[in-house]
Amino acid sequence: MELFRLGISKAGELLSKKEISAKELLDCLYQRIESVDDKVKAFVTLSKEHAYQMADAAQTQINEGSPLTLQGIPIAIKDNMCTKGIKTTCSSKILENFIPPYESTVTSRLSNNGYILIGKTNLDEFAMGSSTENSGFFTTRNPWDIERIPGGSSGGSAAAVAADECIAALGSDTGGSIRQPAALCGVVGLKPTYGRVSRYGLVAFASSLDQIGPITKNVKDSAILLNIISGKDPFDSTSAPIAVPDFTKVLGNEIKGLKIGIPKEYFIKGMDREIDESVKAAIKKLESLGAVPVEISLPHTEYAVATYYVLATSEASSNLARYDGVKYGLRAEGKDLMEMYMNTRAQGFGSEVKRRIILGTYTLSSGYYDAYYKKAQQARTQIKADFEKAFSSVDAIVTPTSPTAAFKIGEKADDPLQMYLSDIFTISVNLAGIPAISIPCGFTSNNLPIGLQIIGKHFDEETILKAAYAYEQSTDWHKRKPQL
Amino acid sequence: MKYEAVIGLEVHAQMLTDTKIFCGCSTKFGSEPNTQTCPVCIGMPGVLPVLNKKAVEFAIKTGLATNCKISSYSRFARKNYFYPDLPKGYQISQYELPICEHGFIEIVVDAEIKKIGITRIHMEEDAGKNIHASSENYSFVDLNRAGVPLMEIVSEPDIRSPKEAAEYMKKLRAILMCLGVCDGNMEQGSLRCDANVSIRPVGQKEYGTRAEVKNINSFKFVEKALEYEIKRQIKVIEEGGKVIQETRLWDSNKGITESMRGKEEAHDYRYFPEPDLVPITVEQKLIDEIKSSLPELPDAKRKRFVSEYGLPEYDADMLTEERSTSEYFEEAVKLGGDPKIVANWIITNIFRYLEGREINEVPFTPKHLVNILTVINAGSTSTTMAKSTILPEAFKTGKMPEEIIKEKGLVQISDSSEIERVVDEVIAKNPKEVERFKAGDEKLLGFFVGQVMKAMKGKANPQLLNEIVKKKLI
Repeated sequence: MELFRLGISKAGELLSKKEISAKELLDCLYQRIESVDDKVKAFVTLSKEHAYQMADAAQTQINEGSPLTLQGIPIAIKDNMCTKGIKTTCSSKILENFIPPYESTVTSRLSNNGYILIGKTNLDEFAMGSSTENSGFFTTRNPWDIERIPGGSSGGSAAAVAADECIAALGSDTGGSIRQPAALCGVVGLKPTYGRVSRYGLVAFASSLDQIGPITKNVKDSAILLNIISGKDPFDSTSAPIAVPDFTKVLGNEIKGLKIGIPKEYFIKGMDREIDESVKAAIKKLESLGAVPVEISLPHTEYAVATYYVLATSEASSNLARYDGVKYGLRAEGKDLMEMYMNTRAQGFGSEVKRRIILGTYTLSSGYYDAYYKKAQQARTQIKADFEKAFSSVDAIVTPTSPTAAFKIGEKADDPLQMYLSDIFTISVNLAGIPAISIPCGFTSNNLPIGLQIIGKHFDEETILKAAYAYEQSTDWHKRKPQL
Repeated sequence: MKYEAVIGLEVHAQMLTDTKIFCGCSTKFGSEPNTQTCPVCIGMPGVLPVLNKKAVEFAIKTGLATNCKISSYSRFARKNYFYPDLPKGYQISQYELPICEHGFIEIVVDAEIKKIGITRIHMEEDAGKNIHASSENYSFVDLNRAGVPLMEIVSEPDIRSPKEAAEYMKKLRAILMCLGVCDGNMEQGSLRCDANVSIRPVGQKEYGTRAEVKNINSFKFVEKALEYEIKRQIKVIEEGGKVIQETRLWDSNKGITESMRGKEEAHDYRYFPEPDLVPITVEQKLIDEIKSSLPELPDAKRKRFVSEYGLPEYDADMLTEERSTSEYFEEAVKLGGDPKIVANWIITNIFRYLEGREINEVPFTPKHLVNILTVINAGSTSTTMAKSTILPEAFKTGKMPEEIIKEKGLVQISDSSEIERVVDEVIAKNPKEVERFKAGDEKLLGFFVGQVMKAMKGKANPQLLNEIVKKKLI
């Protein structure tokens, strides 16, 4: 059996029945990594020694007959979530050798449920990008075509899941960074409601937009991980004190009568024909399962990308000020303090990060604040209001996840604006703070995966999981595997 | 031309919370560098602030005590600038929506009460400290102080003289200490003061261009720094120049202010709302609870001292600046001391012997004070003797004044026959002076009194002595 193909629930079942051991599963995955990661390049760090210790501990607990939900399950973590004692680089030279003395809340919750950290995955530096080409180290390849990008910024996590280099993974999503790579790699990616999951230990890009979520081989696994990572955290003031339901409970419920909004602004002329057809076919499929499509309008959609790039870069310019060479991370020489600052940041940051710091510094500057930051906040309020209005008549909204399938490495690397448009369908969701999931819904003629995005109301991940599961169970897209 | 100064003060007060404003680290002063730090106050990647509720409570307390409106909705903002002692590259502060606004405090100047407006009080985190190695080309950073909660208390430009500024600082400090929200120690930096200073011709309504004076880090320098700055600005104008908008640094060694940076070099702090913290909502119920728990404040106490004890404003003000002083006073009155005399003794005599100690730390207690007043009243000693000999002795040893009188044989002699005897002797010994006195040189009365006092080792009842000398000579 190819154990590396397993998802969380199946692997968990085999482990608890002792049909396989935790070490066996881990061995198998590290062998898989050995054989394919030269091509995929999903991982920045493999935490082997630590992982085998965790596997031993997991086995003991399994043998005692009281395994936890994730006992012995190897999971990959995007390298912008702090893991105590294990390098956390954000794929940036400025943090290349940074070893956090503390654990992020999400990973400690996974630990409390018995997971094994298999390794840390590549990303666009500080999660800024849509292709992993902005990684300070290397570009991850799409397992479906290694000439192409896996999407980003959680490209390493999505590629690792698609290439079966782990059982599941965590990513983070600021403007589409979980959903877009999940779509481009043909896996499931869920961005929870802002405040559902603690951000403590997630290296901040844009604090009001960042959210951690699962990237998995199927919908059920996303629900399982969401159960574990959700909930109020005393270390994150913005985490919501809202009860966390068992998200797996709604899976399998029928979706008869579920009203799904189809925003006309998301189906525009000139859109990639294959994407358009696949998504429309998916909507038909949902309809055949009993869902009721309703055309809706999200009139401020056209302002989303601009709004996002003002707010996200403003926050980023401040969040990244701490990398100054004084306390940790890279320090370059300089004849005085100012020169040390400048050399450190010049050498430590890549060009996209610099571009965003400069943009954000500009939009917050006195004299420009009102025209940019304040205006963007107003636009954000309008975009939120669009969704609120739409959700007064529908239960979920269905759109494509990405305007194109995976593009060639280098194709958009020199054109930041084209790159920014990769997130055109995912960004509004972050601005509104609502949850959304991307699931596989077809393939292009080049055999590249296409993603379907299902957007839900605030703290209503249940509805989108239910709809995603119903769709997944009636299709075979998620069963296809890339040839590696 | 006559000029008047227009001064506004920005006071930073460290709050006396046990832990920092956004993490659980201790705020204790004077520990080994960087021993009171954690990933949050060091600004490590991915950490988040969590607001200390005590800090909010302290800020509300201070707002209520300074007649401010407490905002039901306020929020934090980031103030962005690079400096090694600022680990995150921004300070979490409040900007557009501070926790308290529109208050005032009252000060007494030339026996008149004057209101000084409080523009706002906001919460923020303190920075760490850079320590410069004198001979090396590097510095050390101590982050123990980073994240200690501060209140910034900003006054309206209502202050018109260095004296008023000093009074304002004293009053503010008294309020903060009375509330127990700040220890008021300027030397240790728990209370810091920046001043915005401008001058204008008397009678002119418009403000002049202001300079900000920073680094006034001791109580005694508040007046000095402002006096210097005002003189400097007047000189600039009288020499035909213009005061420029700039930040100036007070140098206490040289006794001058020096330009630090001009308007062009002013920082653009790029304030924006702090996305890592939710806005602070304060319910009326909490405000009411805090209000009902406030101690009697210096102003209320001052007013009560005037009405209840009939004290002059000045005395009442002096006695209510520090809680220990007012408690000392009231204790002495309770023990039977006359309020006016007790007040007078505390202000003119006891204060002189404190030498930096709190009044409740010295061996001379309210009991001692009442005892000294009792023996004076009973005629057992003179006021002069009490002040010059008994008081310092009691301060040193903690012995009761009546004991000291007995031990040292200082009992006042009020027996007129004994005084008469000595007066007779002195008159007999000084015939020339007697003649001159009789010829009209009345100044010599003092000479005779002095001679008798000397002979009696200062123990003669002075009033009686005066009467007897006059009687014998005339």
